[in-house]
Amino acid sequence: MTTRVEELEEVEGASLDPPYDYPAYRSTALRAPKRPFLVLPAGLEARSAPVFGEERLGQLDADLTRQHPGAPLGERIVVAGRLLDGEGRPIAGKLVEVWQANAAGRYAHSVDDHPAPLDPNFTGYGRCLTGPGGEYRFLTVKPGSYPWANHPNAWRPAHIHFSVFGRSFPERLVTQMYFPGDPLFPYDPIFNSVGDPSARARMVSHFDLELTEPGFALGYRYDIVVGGRRPTPVDR
Amino acid sequence: MSGEATEGGTGPSAPSSGAGGAFGPTPSQTAGPYLAIGLAPLAAHELVEPGSPGAVTISGRLLDGEGRGVPDGAVEIWQADPDGRFPPESAPGWTGLGRCLTDEDGGYRFLTLKPGRLTGPGGEAQAPHLEVLVLARGLLRQVRTRMYFPDEAEANDRDPLLSAIPDPGRRATLVAAGEGGELHFDIRLQGPEETVFFAP
Ligand SMILES: [Fe+3]
Repeated sequence: MTTRVEELEEVEGASLDPPYDYPAYRSTALRAPKRPFLVLPAGLEARSAPVFGEERLGQLDADLTRQHPGAPLGERIVVAGRLLDGEGRPIAGKLVEVWQANAAGRYAHSVDDHPAPLDPNFTGYGRCLTGPGGEYRFLTVKPGSYPWANHPNAWRPAHIHFSVFGRSFPERLVTQMYFPGDPLFPYDPIFNSVGDPSARARMVSHFDLELTEPGFALGYRYDIVVGGRRPTPVDR
Repeated sequence: MSGEATEGGTGPSAPSSGAGGAFGPTPSQTAGPYLAIGLAPLAAHELVEPGSPGAVTISGRLLDGEGRGVPDGAVEIWQADPDGRFPPESAPGWTGLGRCLTDEDGGYRFLTLKPGRLTGPGGEAQAPHLEVLVLARGLLRQVRTRMYFPDEAEANDRDPLLSAIPDPGRRATLVAAGEGGELHFDIRLQGPEETVFFAP
């Protein structure tokens, strides 16, 4: 018995995700693929996902405030939540990586020429593996907003970049977490590249008093849902 | 159940701001120009030790619509071991995962072993291939493709995916050039030779 792919389905990428070609975000112009995408038949999907062992993660990787001799400047925050699949089931033991600007809105990156101060005590990188209930937790400082060259007087809302591995290739997700009530939301083409308001709201963390560490750090909750983007009749 | 996931928080009352979205997939956003901060620490472009028997170098460039290299991108590969096995069934130490940040010319490089054949659900063989994922500034979502091997012409002709792409020129964008231990695979985001991409 053989499974023959007679015809590959082509899609334009219709989903709750942003389009590739989004003129308001200028960098998409020369980088967004123009041809329709092919849908990989479910049976041809790789049947497992990348595995990262605990041994590759340092003990302080989830604490972005203790990677240098001194404490970074800024407002300490806890960012925590769960990694869930499209049905809301927790995904355990998978890698979550984050990166962000410092409290002044400056990245520790040679390409970032924003004239805001670098913080010698802040790199802005963290990682952890999700726990049995899909939970993750980072301690960091709240990133600042920063200007960029996309259009006149362009500023990014404060955000933390997230990269997560799910259980299969289609569950791989790279996104950004935003903070509630940011006044820059209406002006940011990257945030607004997600057309559906409800989907946009899912990129915004929420303040959670239960997560705060009294006298020490405020808490923001952010659940990440991977999968559920298209039917994946793959047996797990 | 999913109702529980909608609430997210453990607090006694509904979140006061921000969380307006009903349960559903978290949308993708670009990795941005500073992706190296987040992706370089676990980057590993050598899946095997240099000099390992059967080691293959795969290099290429990530190119934009004007044929210029993309210097702020990342390429990830995901592949089976030479016996066609993924972790945790694969040989000890085999992660199957490679990650390389692009250099100033858009170049990337991996040192790996040629994967074995994989078997589809109906028992048919797939030609050896790598899953390839690309992230970059200007990509609001990752793009995804596959790299097949040039010295597997017969297996490639019978591969259920490659053989279903009718245009030979399009099909060719998925097959590396070169031979033996030195393969070359460019990823073109746009243009007449745009690489075939799969829905992410
Ligand atoms: Fe950013």
